[in-house]
Amino acid sequence: MSVITEPPATQVTRVVAEKKKKKVPGEEGVWVFILGDMSVFAVFFIVFLVERSKQVDLFDLSQATLNKNFGALNTVFLLISSMFVVLAVRAMRTAQRLLAQRFIASAFLCGIAFIAVKVFEYHEKIAAHQVPTTNGFYLLYFILTGLHLFHLVIGLSVLTALWFLARKPEMSKHQWSFFEGGTCFWHMVDLLWLVLFPLIFLVR
Amino acid sequence: MTALLRTPATVVWVVLVIATIASWTLGTAHGMHNHSLASVLILLIAFIKVRLVGLYFMELREAPTALRGLYEGYCIVVCATVLGTFLLA
Repeated sequence: MSVITEPPATQVTRVVAEKKKKKVPGEEGVWVFILGDMSVFAVFFIVFLVERSKQVDLFDLSQATLNKNFGALNTVFLLISSMFVVLAVRAMRTAQRLLAQRFIASAFLCGIAFIAVKVFEYHEKIAAHQVPTTNGFYLLYFILTGLHLFHLVIGLSVLTALWFLARKPEMSKHQWSFFEGGTCFWHMVDLLWLVLFPLIFLVR
Repeated sequence: MTALLRTPATVVWVVLVIATIASWTLGTAHGMHNHSLASVLILLIAFIKVRLVGLYFMELREAPTALRGLYEGYCIVVCATVLGTFLLA
């Protein structure tokens, strides 16, 4: 059996230090919003599967008309953008503001690429007369991907705000919290797609 | 730049890309013939990815237990409900 020889005071300091290390990324309010939003999407995931269970063949046939490569390509764009955002935070922490701005701009461009692919995808569907009124699958496809696209557009304006913040020579504590919270919002846009893509495009 | 990449998040990113390729293979004609099993795997992979993004990209790994717990709880509950609905509904 080992004997603890450390004086109690040191142990207390260590515990305090460990507690200090734990911190909420961004403002607490942003987490109410992120987890709330994720819960709303969770309901949509379930609704999609319940509706699918009522018309499995129709859903599978309709799903086969989707271009899986578009969906996969968009997943890659969002994953790359998320990595750029991670790097931007790390660059800011080491006071490399110019580099951080470049990373944020790169993430923004990935978001634009996502929209471009989506436009192609929607155009292909509409040209083939596969629209929300066609059947239950396309209705949910357009609602879920459209709602996600709406979040992505909000995410792009958040990234724009972060880019301007990164230009500031100094940030207040509140501004840094906004910066961190903003990056978490962008990651949420990414992770929602990480579920939506397999759910709508791949599960059969 | 290389110093910025020296973080567990980079490793996680590579894992996420590999997982995406795996899901895509499972979900397309090149993948498994047992569609139900493939779909269960695809959904499981999706929620593991969600957890990794939360812990490493959103840095919830370093967050207070309550927040991290809420997030992990979300991943488990939603993943279980989604899988349950897929298999039983």
